[in-house]
Amino acid sequence: MASATIPTAERENYLNKGYGIKSWLLTTDHKRIALLYLITITFFFFIGGFFALLIRLELLTPAGDLVQADTYNKLFTMHGQVMVFFFLIPAVPAVLGNFLIPMMIGAKDLAFPRINLLSWYLLVIGGVLMMYTILTGGVDTGWTFYTPLSTQFSNTHVVTAALAIFVAGFSSILTGLNFIVTIHQMRAPGMTWSRLPLFVWANYATAIIQVLGTPVLAISLMLVALERIFSLAIFDPQRGGDPLLFQHLFWFYSHPAVYIMILPGMGVVSEIVTCFTRKRIFGYKFMALALIGIAVLGFLVWAHHMFVAGMSLYAALVFSLLSYFVAVPSAIKVFNWTSTMYKGSISYATPMLYAFGFIGLFTMGGLTGLFVAALGIDVHVTDTYFVVAHFHYIMVGGMVIAYLGGIHFWWPKISGRMYPEGWGKLAALIIFIGFNLTFFPQFVLGYLGMPRRYWQYSPEFQVLNVLSTAGATILAVGYLLPMVYLLWSMRYGKIADENPWNAAGLEWMTPSPPPTFNFDETPMVTWEAYNYDELKEVPVER
Amino acid sequence: MAGNVDALYIFLLILCGSMALAIFTMITVFAIRYRRRKGHHAEQIEGSNALEFTWTFIPLGLFLCIFLWGAVIYFKERTPPQGSTEVYTVAKQWMWKFQHIEGHREINELHVPAGRDVRMIMTSQDVIHSFYVPAFRIKQDVLPGRYTVAWFHATKPGTYHLFCAEYCGTMHSGMIGDVVVMEPAQYQTWLSGGAAAGSLANTGQGIFQSLGCSTCHRFDTQGRGPNLVGVFGKTVLLEDGRTVTADENYIRESILNPSAKVVSGFKPIMPVFQGLVSEEQLNALVAYIKSLNPPPTGAAGTPNLKPPTGQPPETNR
Repeated sequence: MASATIPTAERENYLNKGYGIKSWLLTTDHKRIALLYLITITFFFFIGGFFALLIRLELLTPAGDLVQADTYNKLFTMHGQVMVFFFLIPAVPAVLGNFLIPMMIGAKDLAFPRINLLSWYLLVIGGVLMMYTILTGGVDTGWTFYTPLSTQFSNTHVVTAALAIFVAGFSSILTGLNFIVTIHQMRAPGMTWSRLPLFVWANYATAIIQVLGTPVLAISLMLVALERIFSLAIFDPQRGGDPLLFQHLFWFYSHPAVYIMILPGMGVVSEIVTCFTRKRIFGYKFMALALIGIAVLGFLVWAHHMFVAGMSLYAALVFSLLSYFVAVPSAIKVFNWTSTMYKGSISYATPMLYAFGFIGLFTMGGLTGLFVAALGIDVHVTDTYFVVAHFHYIMVGGMVIAYLGGIHFWWPKISGRMYPEGWGKLAALIIFIGFNLTFFPQFVLGYLGMPRRYWQYSPEFQVLNVLSTAGATILAVGYLLPMVYLLWSMRYGKIADENPWNAAGLEWMTPSPPPTFNFDETPMVTWEAYNYDELKEVPVER
Repeated sequence: MAGNVDALYIFLLILCGSMALAIFTMITVFAIRYRRRKGHHAEQIEGSNALEFTWTFIPLGLFLCIFLWGAVIYFKERTPPQGSTEVYTVAKQWMWKFQHIEGHREINELHVPAGRDVRMIMTSQDVIHSFYVPAFRIKQDVLPGRYTVAWFHATKPGTYHLFCAEYCGTMHSGMIGDVVVMEPAQYQTWLSGGAAAGSLANTGQGIFQSLGCSTCHRFDTQGRGPNLVGVFGKTVLLEDGRTVTADENYIRESILNPSAKVVSGFKPIMPVFQGLVSEEQLNALVAYIKSLNPPPTGAAGTPNLKPPTGQPPETNR
């Protein structure tokens, strides 16, 4: 690196630029906003995780004995809402994407720094509404808000919950918009589209979904709220409405939202795998294309959530077929990551352990997707624990693992300190074991016929449920560990230099932590992404 | 049906299991073989179009096979055979109510004969529920305001779980029951044991008369409403030129909201019955109207003399 002398501690960076509360709450620095997001979603992750733990404890025994039926229903509802809308969707884009995208493309900030701050405030407002909903008694419609249960029968705080998600949705839309404009307009000289890191491609694909899909969710939730408040009849069959209409509207967003919750994770893993194999990504163009392919095809498969909902036979056939098409680009990605390892020089730092975990668990989640996309099988397993296991393999096994991998990988850049490697590896291992013990038995439970969202269940399902609950407690320990040692490392961790992994990518060519405007001078890019062969020789050109 | 579903399931387990195993083996082998060590350097590889096309099109081909297999099973699951025994079902928070054609009524317990096709004609009184019998590998959501249909063919006598599979509020997990499959002879005994107040169609006939339906829907051509004999299953020409098949949902709609689809040649003068008849009464009415044109094999209810009619595209008289 030609950025010469590396004065670390004293050098002005985005963290020591100002210490007052105003310097944070009114900041327009994408890196500071990323940290605000990090704190916010970590808070919600532990709230949602706490609900999950209570759910698993209730299911330790077949009888409904730990909490009341209504309480249980609220727990799984709010677990879903908090985790999906206040953790998973913002997780990688709003934290890592926010922090990294400008640096990765050689920009000073996002295109609209103030809108970026506004996005965070919207998430906070949504979060406050969600907390208000939780603290005043909660909501029990399931995170899916299915009508007419949500519109006519539930006596809980449906409207405030819907409003919370409505507002948080705009946070997501604005972040997506910001990313799209930034990636189009703010790339450094020489940073062509074909030189973008796949992490940027992944967030770009995600942003498209956020911008196009989220408004539909906003509309559907608004309709639910309006129907409740003004007693409209949009979803009421007694008065000519159609409850299935809601499901179509809801899944039109919420299926693509699944890809909002996995594509950025794929981006993270591509960065990690290349770094720790010291190799170019295998089939860069196909990897980028696959991301866009998933984003586009993801819009065409929503009704595969509705194969038993009362849809026409032929509609079901079409949606099943399209679901298999969207499986293809996912398969391509797995094959390419695997091939990237071929003839690499592989080391096993914590981020790479997470990447291994991601590929394995995402593969499991993807392959079980082939089961649920098969119409004949879906009829049996839909709305059972099979589906619960399937999407947790994608969202936790995929996204949460990728997110943690990313946090560890870029921690030196974010905090300027190294995390303790030994603890990192231990936590990764505990999470991997805990995760599989929690969710693998659920595949079996589902095929045996245990429906999801059951407060009490038939005694023959108990053994598998006990295993699952045991896994969940292990998983909880696994999640608490990084929380502790990452905080510890902010003060006591080894000081990180600008590129501790010797990784490719512009974000590693600026000090750790980076200065407020990322680069002292705008970099000029003359190399392809993942230039691990020529890494040492490439200077930042002027 | 369970056998069909399990066959595909086992096929997928083997296929996906070996795919997963292949990928995990490759990752493990690469991770060990190419671990970082002295004197070993990564070898840069751009990629390979040939490989990319291979692992695009081979999986796609496999996926399409799975799709077809799954679709064939689904097609069977969604197409009840002719001449099934019919059971009307009303789901409500939080119980299952069944009405047999013979007039028997049950709650959270459904008796059916082994070796017969059973067709469930289901509706909900409130929210969306889902009729799920894991042992039969069938599931169908039960919606308010319309009929949905599921069918099964139980082979082995025994008692099987019935679960509600669509979250429906507080006691969702308590909305469970038993499907009791009996030997046909035993089933006959069970049928004759219960004190049914006449067949479901008979009950329907009573309601038909007490609501005054019979004043207009006469069994000749003089009525102010269409003659309902032989209507079920026919294609009906509507006043606005559309045609519609007179299935259970059409009859249901025509009772609750008659002006939605008016038969050609008639005036929209029938009163609305939405809110005036319960779901159970509605089922009885539908059963009665169907009995005016019984299913081909005369599966249930009174045997009749009419030949099977099929569904020829003929217009209503």
